[in-house]
Amino acid sequence: MENLSAERNVFYQELSRKIRIMILAISFFPFILTTGFLFYRFNLTYTEKIQAHISELVQKHTQNIDTFLSEKLGNIRYLAYQLEYNTQSPQLFLKKNLELLETEYPDAFTDIGIVDENGIQIAYEGPFNLENADYKNAEWFQNAIQKPFYISNVFAGLRGHPHFIIAVKVNLGGAGHILRATINFTRFNSMVENIQIGKTGIAYILNADGQLQTKADIRIDPTVIASLVDYKNPESRTIITEKQDPAGNTYLYAISTLKNIDWSVVFRQNVKDAFSELQKTQMLTLFLMVAGCIAVVAVAFTLPRYIVKLISTAETKTEAMNRQVIESGKLASIGELAAGIAHEINNPVAIMVEEAGWIEDLLEDEVLKETENLVEFKRALKQINTQGKRCKEITHKLLSFARKTDSTIHDVEVNDAVVEMVSLTAQMARYNNVIIETKLEENLPFVRISPSELQQVMLNLINNAIDAMEKTGGTLTIETRKSRLEQNHIAISIEDTGPGIPKENLDRIFNPFFTTKAVGKGTGLGLSICYGLVQKMGGKIEVSSQVGVGTKFRIFIPFQDSLDEATPNRFNSEIV
Amino acid sequence: MKKIKLLLVDDEKAFLDTITKRLEKRGLDVSAVYSGKEALAEIEKNKALEVIVLDVKMPEMDGIQTLVELKRKAPLMEVIMLTGHATVETAIEGMKLGAFDYLMKPCDIEILIGKVKGAAAKKREHEEKITEARIREITERRV
Repeated sequence: MENLSAERNVFYQELSRKIRIMILAISFFPFILTTGFLFYRFNLTYTEKIQAHISELVQKHTQNIDTFLSEKLGNIRYLAYQLEYNTQSPQLFLKKNLELLETEYPDAFTDIGIVDENGIQIAYEGPFNLENADYKNAEWFQNAIQKPFYISNVFAGLRGHPHFIIAVKVNLGGAGHILRATINFTRFNSMVENIQIGKTGIAYILNADGQLQTKADIRIDPTVIASLVDYKNPESRTIITEKQDPAGNTYLYAISTLKNIDWSVVFRQNVKDAFSELQKTQMLTLFLMVAGCIAVVAVAFTLPRYIVKLISTAETKTEAMNRQVIESGKLASIGELAAGIAHEINNPVAIMVEEAGWIEDLLEDEVLKETENLVEFKRALKQINTQGKRCKEITHKLLSFARKTDSTIHDVEVNDAVVEMVSLTAQMARYNNVIIETKLEENLPFVRISPSELQQVMLNLINNAIDAMEKTGGTLTIETRKSRLEQNHIAISIEDTGPGIPKENLDRIFNPFFTTKAVGKGTGLGLSICYGLVQKMGGKIEVSSQVGVGTKFRIFIPFQDSLDEATPNRFNSEIV
Repeated sequence: MKKIKLLLVDDEKAFLDTITKRLEKRGLDVSAVYSGKEALAEIEKNKALEVIVLDVKMPEMDGIQTLVELKRKAPLMEVIMLTGHATVETAIEGMKLGAFDYLMKPCDIEILIGKVKGAAAKKREHEEKITEARIREITERRV
């Protein structure tokens, strides 16, 4: 038995393990695959979207700057053209036109001047005292003198703070001059500074040599700048790239080239900042994934235990049922055996009794009547007869034991059962001068019990009552009604007018083997069986008796009220 | 009074022999056979038979089968079922098939004689009524 239990435990553990592995495999594989795929796709799409957004923004600003520069270059070129046909003094021309430009484009131009072919500023209009300034060695002049127009890099120059100029060649009196204008650096710078995205997003302009052309509040690593310049793109396409500075910070760079000048607009944002929303989503996804995994693992550990418990309970129940079936099978075989033995014994006993009877008959003959031991012979023969009858009693009891009692539960109408039992016992009652009276309340509710068992109880009580009135005769009253003492119970009372039961016996009346009947007449089991059967029905049986007056048995059987489904075994202590 | 003509049918020879002697001693005209088939042959031969005491459990043809055949051949014949296997079901079945009464083995000889007398009386009463009816029929026909 212990071995069996240990084996079963091993089996359950193995079953539990298999279910767990199956749950984990079935859940994790699609879960991780789906989550991973979605995670990857989302990352990719989101990154592309952010990059596209930045790219578009940088592109737009680059175009703005380009437009600004083109416009200013156009202004100066127009002025140069006008200057060639100017009849006024150059100074006056510059003054008038600077005023005009300031009106049209406020804060766009700082000053304006005319430089001759030797680099001397022959005329100047602006806030600084730069007339006759010598630009012969200035880099911008060197470049400008060779080209019809030129936009310089940002430089400090004579005035000592960063600015850049637009220079256009102009022919004055047969000699090559340059009309130059300084662009308001603050204004130009603000155009770039306006590109702000997130917390760390900044923009600046680099020239072809990788030098900063706008103000930037951050320190930019020269190596990074150098590598960015490589991205200069002749097709003016915005390039997106990621670079790591020596401090270990990774930045997202968007680079776009200006058309009018060899400058690049660079936008830089910390990757963490640029993708902060994405990171939040990633964290959330990760959290959900971990939570999902924990849930799956939890289910994988609890569910098998629950399933195994269910299986184990079911198996235990099945085993119990099997045991019951085996037990009842054993009982049935014992019953069959008993029936066979009983029948086989009856025949020889019958022969013995008949033979004894025959000897008795023969003893009646005259010759034998004189035998000395006649009295003894007769006594012995009577004894054989009596014992034969005892054998018959025993075999009949064995046969009744073997007979199956139907204990199937049905809806039983108590009154019908009473009427049936009364009609069965009517003849016996008549023989014993007993009158049976019935008072049956109509429309009693059904009770859910075994009809055979109710019949057995009724018949035992009726037989007992008739036996009690055997000598004197009397009245047997059977009454049924809805109990007033016990809620939701039907009361059946069986009352006789027999000699009654003495008080000392009354307490023991339901005990097994207690009988007051003559030896061989009662087994003392009838009332004990009744007690057991009524208990089984969920009811109770009571007795009251008065010597010389009679005995009354009362049975209470519960019924299910349609309105109030009361528990069958509950009794109220209500006194009516 | 005329002796009651009784036929005992039982496969237990010892039982049958003794009870035959005891019943004869009590003034009954008893014949005995050991099987259902013999019983059927006997009623063909002996038309004067009045009551049959029939054992329920017998080899080949059992008591119930024999009862059915007997009632078919001689409907007025009264039969008392005798059984060692005293189930209510067998008794009820016998009664339904027209048996007069039933008895459980071992039985008291006086009770058996009482039932046999009752059965004989019933049969004689039946026969008397039939005779009366026939007489009436014949007399009325003449009128």
